[in-house]
Amino acid sequence: MRPKLNILSDQLAEQIIAEGFELLMDPGIRVHNEEARRLLGDAGADVDLESQIARIPETIARRALETAPSEFYLYNFEGEAAVHYGGDSVQFDPGSTAVTVLDSETQEQRVPLTADFVRYVKLVEMIPQLDAQSTAMICFDVPEEIGDLYRLYLALNYTRKPMITGAFRKDTWWTMKEMLVAMAGSGEALAAKPTAVFDVCPSPPLLWSDLTCQNMIDCARHGIPSELVSMPLAGATSPVTLAAAVVQHTAECLSGVTICQLAQEGAPIVWGGSPATFDMRHGTTPMGAVGTWMIDCAYTQVGKALALPTHAYLGMSDAKVVDAQCGLESAGGTIMAALAGVNMVTGAGMMDFESCVSYEKLVIDAEIIGSAKRLVAGIEARDQPIALTLMRELGHRADYLAQPHTLKWFSKEFYLPSAVIDRGSLDAWKKQGAKTAFERARDRVNQLVAAYRPSPISDDLRVELREITTRAARKFGMDELPQLPED
Amino acid sequence: MSNDLLEQITASLVDSDPDGTAELTRQAIGAGMEPMTIIDRGLVPGMDIVGEKFRTGEYFLPHLIIAASGMKQSMELLEPELSRRGEKAQTLGTAVIGTVKGDIHEIGKSLVATMIAANGFQVHDLGVDVPTEAFVAKVKETGANLLGLSALLTTTMTAQREIIEALEEAGIRDQVKVMVGGAPVSQEWARTIGADGYAEDAVGAVELCKELVA
Repeated sequence: MRPKLNILSDQLAEQIIAEGFELLMDPGIRVHNEEARRLLGDAGADVDLESQIARIPETIARRALETAPSEFYLYNFEGEAAVHYGGDSVQFDPGSTAVTVLDSETQEQRVPLTADFVRYVKLVEMIPQLDAQSTAMICFDVPEEIGDLYRLYLALNYTRKPMITGAFRKDTWWTMKEMLVAMAGSGEALAAKPTAVFDVCPSPPLLWSDLTCQNMIDCARHGIPSELVSMPLAGATSPVTLAAAVVQHTAECLSGVTICQLAQEGAPIVWGGSPATFDMRHGTTPMGAVGTWMIDCAYTQVGKALALPTHAYLGMSDAKVVDAQCGLESAGGTIMAALAGVNMVTGAGMMDFESCVSYEKLVIDAEIIGSAKRLVAGIEARDQPIALTLMRELGHRADYLAQPHTLKWFSKEFYLPSAVIDRGSLDAWKKQGAKTAFERARDRVNQLVAAYRPSPISDDLRVELREITTRAARKFGMDELPQLPED
Repeated sequence: MSNDLLEQITASLVDSDPDGTAELTRQAIGAGMEPMTIIDRGLVPGMDIVGEKFRTGEYFLPHLIIAASGMKQSMELLEPELSRRGEKAQTLGTAVIGTVKGDIHEIGKSLVATMIAANGFQVHDLGVDVPTEAFVAKVKETGANLLGLSALLTTTMTAQREIIEALEEAGIRDQVKVMVGGAPVSQEWARTIGADGYAEDAVGAVELCKELVA
């Protein structure tokens, strides 16, 4: 049996969903995108052109829920189904769109450059616990107008794993799609085996901005999955009670699913988010707060009740260095996400809320993820009878280490961590340099990056990706892209 | 009796009862108390206590914001009384504040606006997605000596630099101290773009305002 957390009673979940539908009508959803307003209006929603508020009847949203797929696969760049969005599959990708990187030597945050993100992508490739890449940081050595597509360009040069990404503008989405089509061979091939998901973010409370709404519509029309990232901030941009924050999340996501399905019936879309409780002392958005985790688990349960794939931003920390707080917060959120059965958990490597990524944190988080995956794999009988045959054979001898049964099962029964986790004796630990977790993590980062094997894409494809990206860069005053780092 | 009322006004702010603050203010005006007395001996001590309780960790942001709304309601009642007497509530300065163009993030900006207003500044909040020219025009119009610029996105924080340049072009850069804030903004960024100050949160922004006008 798979251990499963249902944080809401069935009755409370039903009420949250019912109130979510009601918010779609009153006060309605603000839709700042013309095409979405037209789609909603044509479908029978009451759209006020002046206030840009759409009042969406439950029937329209219900119809959208019926046509939205309950599951789909994301493919790696070698054509294999690599990520299953649906059911209780639990998969992980790194936290996304950091604006700083924690320097491995100084442990201070600094602005990320091309070489930093390339190193990060290589590291993610080499971490088996991570199921997908994300466009994890913004590189500050290119014009900000191409910040989104440039990260995708870099990642595509180095990744085999599928991508979780997103666009910052309406026009850059098209360049990003062009790259993905180049990788897939054709638009049809990309739609048949999607390799990337685009995050689309409603603004709390109850608003679709023009940009992100258009991204969602464009994804739907091209068979590219989109992932709703609704982010009620309990006590600031949403009501403070956890259940009410989930009601708001429900309404925002329902409106997203509706617009998406009106643009293209059957388009894959993920019920996701990045909510938080508002810190009432500092006015910040703590990702390491238990209330944040509870909202995530609750909306995940709602998404499952509506038969949609799920996503959450969890497993992050608000700490500024990779310390005890960093570990405990990341572990708490990750374990909760796994137990809730979130299909894609975004957050590994991320700290200082959602602003910084750290190589060392990423490899520590990989151990947390490994543990969480083991946890939700649950406890199985393995043998029939479970123990009787073996225990009667051995009687009272403590000789299990020598048994074939042990050799057969230990690596399946136990999660076996890397050397990042210290389980040696005190003497052994001292002999190896009395290293802290951070220092052990730094060693592992260096080992993994050194062991990276170049991705198998052709030189022609590399040139094509560079040309697509350079064309976009030229529009914003950059004639030559930064050189890719030497391997 | 009058001392009682003043103490009750103070207590209403401390007890997060803004409607009470307004009602007590009405009573005090009705009883013929001087507006400046109500402010100095009723409202200001209340806000000081709330601020102190926040600093010591006993109170949280909702206490601050709700006390500030009580203070605001009360001042709206007192201002006609003040002007009738030809008096003016003493302000530490006049601030224009807003979130820069292309950016719709409101919370941080509003928190700062509320907090500095409750601490004796006259505040003109321009809202979110505010064009550069609107900041410059408002500073000119009000003669403000403080300008607060909020940006929550790396893609919009560059507007903070544009606004400072626009103030220079308009020849009013020396008139106004420019403060910047927002998640991606740092002290280093403030220095780079030639801002006068940076604060990491609303409480820090209040301190910064007081320093900048001192």
